[in-house]
Amino acid sequence: MSEISVKDKDIAVPGEVLAVGMDSFPGIGTYREGENIIAALLGLVQLDGRTIKLIPLSGRYIPKKYDTIICTVIDVSFSGWRLETNSPYSAMLSMKEATSQFIARGADLTKFYNIGDHISCKIVNVTSQKLVDVTMKGMGLFKLKGGRIINVASNKVPRIVGKQGSMVSMIKDATKCSITVGQNGLVWINGTPEGELLAVNAIRKIEEESHLSGLTDRIKEFLEKNKSTIKN
Amino acid sequence: MNNELREHIIKLFESDTRLDGRKLTDYRPVKVDVDVTPNAEGSARVKIGDTEVIVGVKVEVMQPYPDSPDEGSIMVGAELLPLSNPNFEPGPPGIQAVELARIVDRGIRESKCLDFKKLCIKEGEKIWMIIIDICTINDAGNLPDASALAAIAALKNMKFPECKGDVIDYKKKTSKGLGLTDTPLSVTVIKIGDKFIVDPDSDEEKAIDARLTVASLSDGTLCAMQKGGDVPLSAEDIAKMVDIGLEKGKELRKLVK
Amino acid sequence: MTYKERLDKRKFDEPRKIEAKAGVIPNADGSAYFKIGNTAAYAAVYGPRNLHPKFLQDPSKGVLRCNYNMMPFSSSGERVRPGGSRRSKEISMVTQKSLLPVLDLAEYPNSVVDVFIELPQTEAGSRCAGICAASMALADAGLAMKDLVAAVSVGKVDDKLVVDLDYKEESYEDGPVADIPLAMMPNHDEITLLQMDGLISKDDLKNVLEMGKKVLKDIYEVQKKALKDKYRQK
Repeated sequence: MSEISVKDKDIAVPGEVLAVGMDSFPGIGTYREGENIIAALLGLVQLDGRTIKLIPLSGRYIPKKYDTIICTVIDVSFSGWRLETNSPYSAMLSMKEATSQFIARGADLTKFYNIGDHISCKIVNVTSQKLVDVTMKGMGLFKLKGGRIINVASNKVPRIVGKQGSMVSMIKDATKCSITVGQNGLVWINGTPEGELLAVNAIRKIEEESHLSGLTDRIKEFLEKNKSTIKN
Repeated sequence: MNNELREHIIKLFESDTRLDGRKLTDYRPVKVDVDVTPNAEGSARVKIGDTEVIVGVKVEVMQPYPDSPDEGSIMVGAELLPLSNPNFEPGPPGIQAVELARIVDRGIRESKCLDFKKLCIKEGEKIWMIIIDICTINDAGNLPDASALAAIAALKNMKFPECKGDVIDYKKKTSKGLGLTDTPLSVTVIKIGDKFIVDPDSDEEKAIDARLTVASLSDGTLCAMQKGGDVPLSAEDIAKMVDIGLEKGKELRKLVK
Repeated sequence: MTYKERLDKRKFDEPRKIEAKAGVIPNADGSAYFKIGNTAAYAAVYGPRNLHPKFLQDPSKGVLRCNYNMMPFSSSGERVRPGGSRRSKEISMVTQKSLLPVLDLAEYPNSVVDVFIELPQTEAGSRCAGICAASMALADAGLAMKDLVAAVSVGKVDDKLVVDLDYKEESYEDGPVADIPLAMMPNHDEITLLQMDGLISKDDLKNVLEMGKKVLKDIYEVQKKALKDKYRQK
């Protein structure tokens, strides 16, 4: 019978023994060595039946197929654009994937997206060498004008979005801001100065407290308390 | 450089607010600690918001410069350490580090708060060289003000080591300090669009049109200035920025004992 | 001659007082501060991130780069001229070798993980303090690690085996001294750094490594607590 020495929501450190015994299974963030299941990163324990998982508390974003991300244009060639993705790997947006409009060969591509522009796009392919292709064709993918962009830890994104977008919707309603959350940890916020500031502070609070229980209620309370700063 | 961010910042200024909700002439919380690293003759750590800088003062006995045989001197070095900003690379100081060091140097040297003649040990032969080293720990904007504040706090806190003839015993500190006669303070005032702010954060630093670093003494006399940025300033701009620099200098001075 | 009692009255297998903190540099992907006695080190990790120039890239995995540096005012004697030295280059290299075995960088081809170690104060044991801080910073950065790495100097002063030589012991003149920086994975029997200056017998070496192993497990507990404390409810 396995002896599990951690509970759900405990924090584990690399090298720490999480369980002893052959009938526990090493999930993500852990590994087996002999009888022991050992932590392979700094993470939050999640017990899933007999599987022990560790959810990372930090870490740079690594591009994944189908992710929606926010990028910045860093280069324009005659066949497309190269994008900064807030990861070690840049992405390519080809002419074909940029828009359903017809673009003539030799056209000035900077008229569509220029260096420094921010866009939300979707990853269509990632090779083993981490070459990334993206597309702008799809719902909710557009050039981001105005507003501001903040950088959050990419592994906090699921908490910022919430189940079926419930958390981010709550923030949008309370602050009256447009908000687009990229899986790569970039968040675009556009609204009144007070609304944006409240949204930024709420998101930072989620980042700091995402591993503690009762998060949704605390964010709700935080937004209620500070809503009065928003002029309508 | 994204113009969108600059436009957004200017729009916020019109509502008298900034990206983090501060007023235009508000500093982020400022914290000054002295004697933070025991091997230095004097040291200080300054935090302005998340920006953090450590300054250490070491002394050496040297030969005086030929044109000032009865005077010691100061030397200011700055290192933009790669651990403080993902864009800083290891290597010799680039122009940003050199300018930072020279601005801090100017603010202290020209204030005349340190009598260089008092640093003379033996005229023509031996003088004290006071070496001020600035090391950045986290760059969240406004390194110049944090560095200047830490430098003056470290100097005020400095104690000479025991010196027997030619040999300095760094492990024994005397109770003798530099005896500074004033506390020069540097404030960098930023112009973006047609508004002025102090203490820019990292985003605001990317949107700077022009900046003016103003060093002042406690009686309001200016002792050093440096203009930076690509956009020219009018005489009116400068007068307004100097006023802000003097006012903020008075506030910051209270943090240095 | 016999080294009856340590100059600062510590037990022979007792390290100096240790302090550790994680997440001290907001800009970094991971960071830590580690202090032992009067030696303190900051470590910051940036990465995995883009690696230039291209010829440094490894298409099979990420590359680990370490940079060790002492601040000019860190030494208990004269000022240290900035710009590194042959010594700091060597320490950067052995630090990199001491940390690489715990990392799995296969997920990050063509990228780099940069580790910067800076010491505001040094008084013996600086490379070990740097390694302790660096391994905490790597964990703080969310990198996959088999274990942490803990490091301390062990050795012999005159006729006694000791752990964590301080400055006075390193420069002890009344008898022979062996100074052995040691780094290990605390939960595995694997040594990742071993250097030695001085004279020591084969048996003494074996025994002092055992002494070191015990102390490194204690250091691991301090590192562990510092990492967990960053996330405790405030």
